Amino acid sequence: MNMLDGNALAGDLDDIFTVDVTTARFVCATCGHSGAMATLRLFGRTPASVARCPSCTEVVLCLVKADGRVFLDTRGIARLELPMSGA
Amino acid sequence: MTQAAVSRRLNWRIGTVTGIRAETPSIRTLVLDVPDWPGHLAGQHIDVRLTAPDGYQAQRSYSIGSAWSSPPGTVELTVQRLDDGEVSPYLTDTVEVGDQVELRGPVGGWFVWRETQTPPVLLIGGGSGVVPLMAMIRQRSLAKATQPFRLIYSVRTPEDVCYAQELRDRVRDEAGLDVRFVYTRKAPEGWAEPPKRIDAATLNTYGWPPEFMAETFVCGPTSFVETTADILIALGHDARRIRTERFGGK
Repeated sequence: MNMLDGNALAGDLDDIFTVDVTTARFVCATCGHSGAMATLRLFGRTPASVARCPSCTEVVLCLVKADGRVFLDTRGIARLELPMSGA
Repeated sequence: MTQAAVSRRLNWRIGTVTGIRAETPSIRTLVLDVPDWPGHLAGQHIDVRLTAPDGYQAQRSYSIGSAWSSPPGTVELTVQRLDDGEVSPYLTDTVEVGDQVELRGPVGGWFVWRETQTPPVLLIGGGSGVVPLMAMIRQRSLAKATQPFRLIYSVRTPEDVCYAQELRDRVRDEAGLDVRFVYTRKAPEGWAEPPKRIDAATLNTYGWPPEFMAETFVCGPTSFVETTADILIALGHDARRIRTERFGGK
């Protein structure tokens, strides 16, 4: 199994959010761990990847690309913290 | 409104290979000319996408090895061949000067070093994990920055050292830059210690003391990154100053 980390999600998440989300802090909905999205453990690779919490290993997000669409499941994120533009 | 939203999206671009350098028997650097390249920070990466005639696509992320200044708009990727890889054998064995590669980026703002960061820097690379760290060393030089830099570079054998000559030259010419090699399978003739993996003694002796509050970047295979980060934390380094990037092997 290839394992990378949240750094490798930068391109696919940029494409959705138009800002760099890998520097954002997430709070894990399962265990409350907080860290940069870049530190998520990544399994699989595009077109289907699963990112897990580095602390409790529960699923934080899934990203699937199919038929010209992208599906983003963020069930494992309780909160996302990003700088505001111009801040 | 719609147009503005569309234009903010990250677009795939076409880069043209203008140069190729063999770094080691399994690693080579591609120099790409990318029109309208917006520039990049040291440590960022790009996504490369290959499309087969039947429409099947494979996408991988590769660290940028070059520093950037404007102009020229070139980007260098240093790629290691994975024998069972879908993308890397194409980039290391097949691509020739003049070929075009589909890419997007630069992306990733977390594993980056900016010359405005004033603390000393500790770079710890395993195998081709040295690539984004080399971009930082080159950026330091380009920016004439004076922050002390130390690179600890773990590699199987002397023949596997990437950027070997450039590292030697930079250590000789650039004050405040040190490199320590750790050989895991075969050390050069006369090397003082037998081959070994990076350990607490290595990081304690050749890293910065924890109280220097260094910015630390660790890049390599997952097990290398996790072992190294664990040792650094056990030695008293602040976890918040350790940034890691894992690359996929097999």
